Amino acid sequence: MIAALAFYVFAAILIASAVMVVTSRNPVHSVLFLILAFFNAAALFLIAGAEFLAMILVIVYVGAVAVLFLFVVMMLDIDFAQLREGFQRYAPIGAVVGGILFLELVMVVGAWRFAPEAAALRVNPAPAGVTNAEALGQILYTDYVYLFQACGLILLVAMIGAIVLTHRTRPGTRRQNIAEQVARAGSVSLRAVPLGAGLKEIGIARPPAPEEAKPKQVEHHHGHGGHH
Amino acid sequence: MAVSLAHFLTVSAILLVLGVFGIFLNRKNVIVILMSVELILLAVNLNLVAFSAALGDLTGQVFAMFILTVAAAEAAIGLAIVVIYFRNRGTIEVEDISTLKG
Repeated sequence: MIAALAFYVFAAILIASAVMVVTSRNPVHSVLFLILAFFNAAALFLIAGAEFLAMILVIVYVGAVAVLFLFVVMMLDIDFAQLREGFQRYAPIGAVVGGILFLELVMVVGAWRFAPEAAALRVNPAPAGVTNAEALGQILYTDYVYLFQACGLILLVAMIGAIVLTHRTRPGTRRQNIAEQVARAGSVSLRAVPLGAGLKEIGIARPPAPEEAKPKQVEHHHGHGGHH
Repeated sequence: MAVSLAHFLTVSAILLVLGVFGIFLNRKNVIVILMSVELILLAVNLNLVAFSAALGDLTGQVFAMFILTVAAAEAAIGLAIVVIYFRNRGTIEVEDISTLKG
């Protein structure tokens, strides 16, 4: 009873925040409602008994993806009012397509049933007396290790792709050229000097002191009205 | 009255429809489109977890983790593309992206 009540509360907040994500005027509000939706989805996962995925959802989605969205929304200087044009124009066709899709989904949900031998066809039956995280770990690193490695590969490719896409070399910046510094010859030399001798006594050539910067000459032009 | 599979399926169906509706509604704002895609993937995850719980089979949760990974990668790449598009064009209107003439 309490589980059902909690389910309805979390589901209602999830759907309401999803509505706000797609209809909100300000994209920052959209991102914040997206975070709320993720939290409520994590609660639904908990009710379904997938504790590990619920925590992963909070960490990955709220901690990484939603904050990434927030950064991009706040970093780009976008005229959001202009982007709102055509909102009413697209609303009817979106509602039609969404309605048709929802009707189809209702028909599917209303008509399907489990195959009679479904219980016998399970690939990884949940072991009894083991927590969800432990049970997932027992199959994730053994039977699904290639899937796990593929996940890592996808993340690596995505990381490299994002860096390559957004990296830019600005013209005019000065940076260290290590190879040039190492290959330098002639201008740097070592010599043995007597202990305690000053620089002047052993005659080490020092670079000439830089000229004092002249005070900036301020020229006054008179009679050229219009330039000031 | 316990929470049955049909409850989860209904919630995730509504979530998926809202995501599709959001793509149509925000045709110009690519950031909200990406958020709608995240909502759709969340609905898929909810379906997988619900079936996994109803059948007592852990495979669905493994798949859900894979989808989570792909969603994170997709968000990162998509937002990177948004950033460079904004840098080049000064806007993120996706309606008139026809540079590739595809």
